[in-house]
Amino acid sequence: MADTITRAQLTEAVYQEVGLSRNESAELVESVLAEVSEALVRGEMVKLSSFGSFSVRSKGQRMGRNPKTGDEVPILPRRVLVFRPSHVLKKSINDTLVEAGGDAEDTTTHPDSPSPDSSTP
Amino acid sequence: MTKSDLILRLAERNPHLFQRDVERIVATILDEITAALSRGDRVELRGFGAFSVKHRGARVGRNPRTGESVSVAEKVVPYFKTGKELRERLNAD
Repeated sequence: MADTITRAQLTEAVYQEVGLSRNESAELVESVLAEVSEALVRGEMVKLSSFGSFSVRSKGQRMGRNPKTGDEVPILPRRVLVFRPSHVLKKSINDTLVEAGGDAEDTTTHPDSPSPDSSTP
Repeated sequence: MTKSDLILRLAERNPHLFQRDVERIVATILDEITAALSRGDRVELRGFGAFSVKHRGARVGRNPRTGESVSVAEKVVPYFKTGKELRERLNAD
């Protein structure tokens, strides 16, 4: 089952890896997120090589509909954040999928192979 | 802002740390997020956003140049959803 990682686990990893106190590790995790956020709020693109890039896109006004009532309402111009994962990130995520999928394939790609029951004389 | 700009900025604000420590901090955070997504886990950073993975099933695609059909294997793609606070800050005029 998929777990959820939060600041606590990132702090723990920094603590283990860098050897600062837990408190300072937590502050630095926060600072990293704060610096990235501030750059984005200034409208800057943030490129983190071998991870991905965040960019801010401005969207114009368009008409939308309240799905419940069907009323037409204007959606105001706004800025949205777009994350584009790097090839390295996509690859590392899919490499583990291939390993997991490989196991499943062994059982599905040989439907004709005799099952233990049918092979016993 | 690039990763090295981010490291320089953090190093400036934390003069008691060596730059190589700041580099390791940034790398550790990004590696940890990558590892979590590789396990299929979700990374939730309140106020900033959440990273998760989405599964895309195998499909028959087309080479747009030749029009030839090619089979595209199933894959997993990383996905980021902006957190509420950051979304609001982007639009605070």
